[in-house]
Amino acid sequence: MPPIKPRHAMPSQDPEQRRRNFEEVATGYLEPLALGESSRCLTCPKPGCYTGCPVNVNIKDFVALVKEGKYLDAYKKIKETNSLPAVCGRVCPQEEQCEKFCLIGKRNEPVAVGRLERFVADWAMEHGVEPEKPAPNGHKVAVVGSGPAGLTCAGDLAMKGYKVTVFEALHKAGGVLIYGIPEFRLPKRIVAAEVKNLEKLGVEIITNVVVGKSVTLDDLFADGYEAIFVGTGAGLPKFMGVPGETLNGVFSANEYLTRTNLMKAYLFPEYDTPIKHGKKVAVVGAGNVAMDCVRSALRHGADDAFVVYRRTEHEMTARKEEFEHAIEEGVVFHWLTNPVRVIGDENGWVKGLECVKMELGEPDESGRRRPVEVKGSNFVMDCDMVVVALGTSPNPLLSQTTPGLKTEKWGGLIVEEETNATTREGVYAGGDAVTGSATVILAMGAGKKAAKAIDEYIQKKSK
Amino acid sequence: MYKILSKRDLTDITKLFVVDAPFVARKAEPGQFVIVRVREEGERVPLTIADFDRGKGTVTVVIQEVGLTSKLINQLKPGDSFQDFVGPLGKPCPIEESGTVVLAGGGFGVAPVYPIAKKMKAEGKVHIVSIIGARTKDLLILEPEMRSVSDELIIITDDGSYGRKAFPTDIIKEMREKGTKIDRVIAIGPMVMMRAVANLTKTLGLPTYVSADPIMVDGTGMCGACRLTVGGKVKFACVDGPILDGHQVDFEEAIRRGKMYATEQKTALDHHHECQCGGGH
Ligand SMILES: Cc1cc2nc3c(=O)[nH]c(=O)nc-3n(C[C@H](O)[C@H](O)[C@H](O)COP(=O)(O)OP(=O)(O)OC[C@H]3O[C@@H](n4cnc5c(N)ncnc54)[C@H](O)[C@@H]3O)c2cc1C
Ligand code: FES
Repeated sequence: MPPIKPRHAMPSQDPEQRRRNFEEVATGYLEPLALGESSRCLTCPKPGCYTGCPVNVNIKDFVALVKEGKYLDAYKKIKETNSLPAVCGRVCPQEEQCEKFCLIGKRNEPVAVGRLERFVADWAMEHGVEPEKPAPNGHKVAVVGSGPAGLTCAGDLAMKGYKVTVFEALHKAGGVLIYGIPEFRLPKRIVAAEVKNLEKLGVEIITNVVVGKSVTLDDLFADGYEAIFVGTGAGLPKFMGVPGETLNGVFSANEYLTRTNLMKAYLFPEYDTPIKHGKKVAVVGAGNVAMDCVRSALRHGADDAFVVYRRTEHEMTARKEEFEHAIEEGVVFHWLTNPVRVIGDENGWVKGLECVKMELGEPDESGRRRPVEVKGSNFVMDCDMVVVALGTSPNPLLSQTTPGLKTEKWGGLIVEEETNATTREGVYAGGDAVTGSATVILAMGAGKKAAKAIDEYIQKKSK
Repeated sequence: MYKILSKRDLTDITKLFVVDAPFVARKAEPGQFVIVRVREEGERVPLTIADFDRGKGTVTVVIQEVGLTSKLINQLKPGDSFQDFVGPLGKPCPIEESGTVVLAGGGFGVAPVYPIAKKMKAEGKVHIVSIIGARTKDLLILEPEMRSVSDELIIITDDGSYGRKAFPTDIIKEMREKGTKIDRVIAIGPMVMMRAVANLTKTLGLPTYVSADPIMVDGTGMCGACRLTVGGKVKFACVDGPILDGHQVDFEEAIRRGKMYATEQKTALDHHHECQCGGGH
C-alpha cells in the first residue's frame, strides 16, 4: 500500500478574526483540496463508512466520482439517499458516523467525508443544479414542522409524486437549522436554498400555522390529507430549576439563539429584534447548543464567555470540531462545576452565578459517570448574563390537542419501530419529537423511514 | 401576507385594524393572542385578539404606540399587509357560567376585554359590569362597543376629564360596600393597574383573572422569554396564559422583566428616526 497522505485541513477563518463576526467559520474545500482528499479514499470493496451513515449515503461511489471530477454525478449519488447534503456536510457528527468506520482511520486520520459532501453540495448549488419534478400521483400528505425530519419526509414523498403541504409554526422554514444553528456554522442561505429545492419539487410550505392551535390534525384529515407526518421537534427548553432563574439577563439557549439566528439580532438595529450583549457570559451545559451559545456570545462582543458543566470533557456531547473551534476562539471551560443559584443586583439583573464543585462517581443509566456534589465547595463566578443550554424536550402543544396521539411520560411521541407510525391511524412521526434532542441526520433518517411507510399505507388503502 | 381590510383611529396613538386572517379567525377565542411581524426585518410581537369574525375570516387587533414596532404597525394603511400574523395562541379566557362578573379594562386593555364581554353577553348567563377607563378622556377607547355588550358600564378617567375621576379599585370597593355580590373579576390593562386590582380583590377574596403581556419571541412555548412566576412556579405566559390567576402572579418580577430591553427600544427608535431623516444611511 502506498503511504497515506495526511488529511487535508479545512480552510477556516482565523480564530482572532472570526470570534467577532458571524460569517462562516469553515470556508470549505476548493477543487484541488477536494481532489486531493478524495484521492485518499481506498475505495474499499466492503466499505464501513456507509454503514455508519444513518441514511446510508453511498460514500464509496460518490467519493470515487469526486476523484474523477464528476461532481454532478457525485451530487446525484448523494441525493439518492440524502435530501440535505449541504446541511449534513456541515453539521453531522461525522467522527461518530461514517468517518469512524473509515479503514484509513484505523492508523491515520479518516477520509474527510463530511468536507467532501459539503464540497459536492456547494458545487451543485453554485452551478444551479435543479431537481426534476415528478409526475403527480394524485394523493395528498400533510407534514407538520419544517425541520430536517419534516423536510426529508416531504422531499421523499414529493419525489414519489405526492402533493405535500408542510405546515410550519414559525415564519420561516427549516426548524433548528434556521432558528438554532448559527450563521457561522450553517449559513441561512444554504438552508433557504435546500428549502427552495423542495419547493421546486412541488412541495408547498405554509408558514405561520401552529398545528394544534390554528388547525388540528382532524381538520387536516377533513381537508383531504390522507396521511400526516409530525416532525415538530423538541422545542421546549429545560431550565435549571435554581433560584434566580427569572432574573433579567438569564436566557434559555432557545431564546438566545432564536433572537440571534431567526430574528437576526446580530444586525440590530438594522433588524428590529434586540439582544442583550453580556460582557461576561456564563453558558450552562456542554452540548452543540451550548457551544453555539458561547461562541455567539463572543460574536456579540463578550469579553469573557465560558462554559459551566457538571461533568468533564469526556462526557460532553458537543461535536469535536465545535469544541476545538470554541477553544481556539478563547472560550474557557469550567468542568465539574454545577450552578446552584443565580445572583442578582439591586435592580434584578444578573451579577453572578453561584456554583458547587462536582466529582465523578459511579456510571448512571447513560453509561456516563454520575457527577456528585462536593459538599461545601460553593463559590461565585462573576457574570452579567447566563444562558441555559441543558437540552429541550418535545413541545406538548400538538399532543395535548390531538386525541389518540400518545406520548411517553417525558413527552416523546410513541411510534412503531419499523414504520414510525404513531398511535393514531394515518399519523406518522419522527425526529426530535420522538427521540428528544438528537441530530439532524437521525431526524432525516426518521423522515425517510416514515415517508416509505406513508407511501405503503396510502398505496395499500387506495387499492 | 395578511391584508389590512380597514383601520380606525381610536385615539392619536391607538389604532384598530381588521385583518384578513382566516386561519386565525377559524379558531380564535376571547383571551387569545396573535404574534405579528410588520416587515421582513421586523420583530415578533404579541397582540391580543380584540375581535374576530369567523364567517368573514377576519381578526381585529388594537395597537398603542410605545416602541418602534407599534409605531411601524400604526403607520400601516388599509390595503397594506402584515408580513406575518400567526395564531390564535395561548389559552382562551374561561367564560363564567353564572353570577356577576366585573370586567375592568384600562387604557388599550379595553380592547382585549371586549371579546370576553361579547361572548359572555351572547351566552347570556352572567350579569356583566364593565369598568372602562383611561388616563384622560382622549385616551378612552371602544365606549360604544363596550356599552353594547355590558349590562352596566362605568366610565372612569384618572384626571376626571370624562366619566368619574376614579380608579377601578375604587369602583370595586364601592360595589362591595353597596353589597353587590361579585363572582369574578377580570382586569386587563397596564401591569400596575392589574396589580392594584389583584391586590385589592385578594383581600376581598374575589377570584380574579389578569392578562399578562410579557416580552415574547415565538409565542408557542419554545423560548421562555415570556416566563413569569405564578404561585411560586415558573410559567410560560404564551402557553399557560396569557389569562392567569391575578392573585398568584408575581407582578414585581413581571414589571421588571418587561423593562429588559428599554435601552434597546430607544436605540431602535433613534435609528429609525435617523434613517427617516436621511441622517443614517
Ligand atoms: C443550537 C443547536 C445546535 C445543534 N447542532 C447540531 C449539529 O451540529 N449537528 C447535528 O446533527 N444536530 C445538531 N442539533 C440537533 C438537531 O438540530 C436536531 O436534532 C434536528 O434539527 C431535529 O430535527 P426535527 O426535524 O426533528 O425538528 P426541528 O428541527 O426542531 O424542527 C421542528 C419544526 O417544527 C415546528 N413546529 C413545532 N411544533 C409545531 C406545530 N404545532 N405546528 C407547526 N409547526 C411546529 C418548529 O417550529 C420547527 O420548525 C442542534 C440543535 C440545536 C438546538
Ligand atoms: S414566547 Fe417563547 S416561550 Fe413564550
